[in-house]
Amino acid sequence: MGISQIQQLIGGMGVSIQIFTVTLVFSLPLGLIVAFGRMAKNPALQNLVKAYISIMRGTPLMLQLMVVYFGPFYLFGIKIGNSYRLWAVFIGFTINYAAYFAEIYRSGIQSMPAGQYEAAQILGYSKSQTFFKIILPQVIKRILPALTNEIITLVKDTSLAFTLSVMEMFTVAKALAAKGTMAPLLAAGIFYYVFNLLVAVVMEKAEKKLDYYR
Amino acid sequence: MNILEISHIEKSFGNIPVLKDISLSVSDGEILSIIGPSGSGKSTLLRCATMLETLDKGEVRYQGNRAVWADNGGNVQFAPKKELKEIQRLYGLVFQNFNLFPHYSVMKNIIDAPVHVQKRKKEEAAKEARELLKKMGLEDKADAYPCQLSGGQCQRVAIARALALNPKILFFDEPTSALDPELTGEVLKVIRSLADLKIAMVIVTHEMAFARDISDKVIFMADGVIVEEGTPEQVFASGNERTQAFLGRYGDILK
Ligand SMILES: Nc1ncnc2c1ncn2[C@@H]1O[C@H](COP(=O)(O)OP(=O)(O)O)[C@@H](O)[C@H]1O
Ligand SMILES: [Mg+2]
Repeated sequence: MGISQIQQLIGGMGVSIQIFTVTLVFSLPLGLIVAFGRMAKNPALQNLVKAYISIMRGTPLMLQLMVVYFGPFYLFGIKIGNSYRLWAVFIGFTINYAAYFAEIYRSGIQSMPAGQYEAAQILGYSKSQTFFKIILPQVIKRILPALTNEIITLVKDTSLAFTLSVMEMFTVAKALAAKGTMAPLLAAGIFYYVFNLLVAVVMEKAEKKLDYYR
Repeated sequence: MNILEISHIEKSFGNIPVLKDISLSVSDGEILSIIGPSGSGKSTLLRCATMLETLDKGEVRYQGNRAVWADNGGNVQFAPKKELKEIQRLYGLVFQNFNLFPHYSVMKNIIDAPVHVQKRKKEEAAKEARELLKKMGLEDKADAYPCQLSGGQCQRVAIARALALNPKILFFDEPTSALDPELTGEVLKVIRSLADLKIAMVIVTHEMAFARDISDKVIFMADGVIVEEGTPEQVFASGNERTQAFLGRYGDILK
């Protein structure tokens, strides 16, 4: 591999990390909001969110990315520029992952014993104090293993951005490999693996940190 | 004055009536014990009084002010938000299974609500908390987490947590029922020691000797009604058939 190929791979790595980071930063909070919608008392809202989650989980992410990218043109005739590719990836990943995270949050929230809410109510905590001070920290501890799984999947899923020819790690490696060498694919493989090792280490640290109570 | 007045409350779950026309009152500093077989509605009564459950009929007043009531049309009304908040400050509840916050240390369990709900100074709240812990015999446990404590210690922390908000009336729902027998004594001792704080207490309990010794008034409940109400002497020596049948199970303890 030459210098320019290595530079291209490093560039791809940067884009992959960017997709990963942007997706997490936006889908984790969005997922919480979606979870609230999913648990809403209003049946219309609840069903709407249910349908959204069902579609996000029931169709390939690859297809969703294409819909997000081509949708504005085919649905509204908006001309799409090249710069929209990466944005489409950010949006597609975020709304997809928010759906998965929402279900994880929901299972965590619903697993909390009613007594925690009741104690908080008797002590005079407001609804938002109860949620953010009492419930959410305990929910996070409970859902950490499930979150870890999902985040590891996200690392690998970033390669799906090749669908929209975004120059992330996998797209770059595939293009370089087409010129007759395995090395770029091997480099990509190592990258994803090491990235996930790192995720696993960080998440394990987080779990350890919350180990101080049961 | 009566800190608590419950008038004609009724509560059903589905179409099963659990409370049938219950009325009672508790005056300032008075200690009331509620005894009765399980399933008779004692917890539901406390939960309606503390608004964890919403009554179907009747009303609940604290210091003469209506907190929750059913109007003539059968609709349940609550006091306006601000008033309700004031009312909620008057009472505390100690649960059978403690419901401590597991992610908070003992100290934080006690001071968090005083600081973040009542907006008191942290140092002041912590100082009071340490005094409370001392009273509970837990002065060395301030930094422990609930999972490191025995059930009896957890319940004493829960009592300290409730007291830290300076309630005028404290409800206990079978405070020793989740404890191993050898741990009930330490919790009952602590509750007895609260008698000189002049806080009114409503205690649901199966500890008959304790109820007899500590109470100003005892209520015997069965099947969602108050069967008998009176001084401990009156109730424990009652000639009422149902009361006797119930107390008979505890015969030896009360001799
Ligand atoms: N949330 C609920 N839903 C349905 N039934 C309930 C609920 N809470 C209590 N009950 C029923 O109401 C009755 C009285 O319960 P409870 O107040 O807990 O009695 P006690 O505390 O005297 O043992 C029981 O038959 C119980 O099964
Ligand atoms: Mg009960």
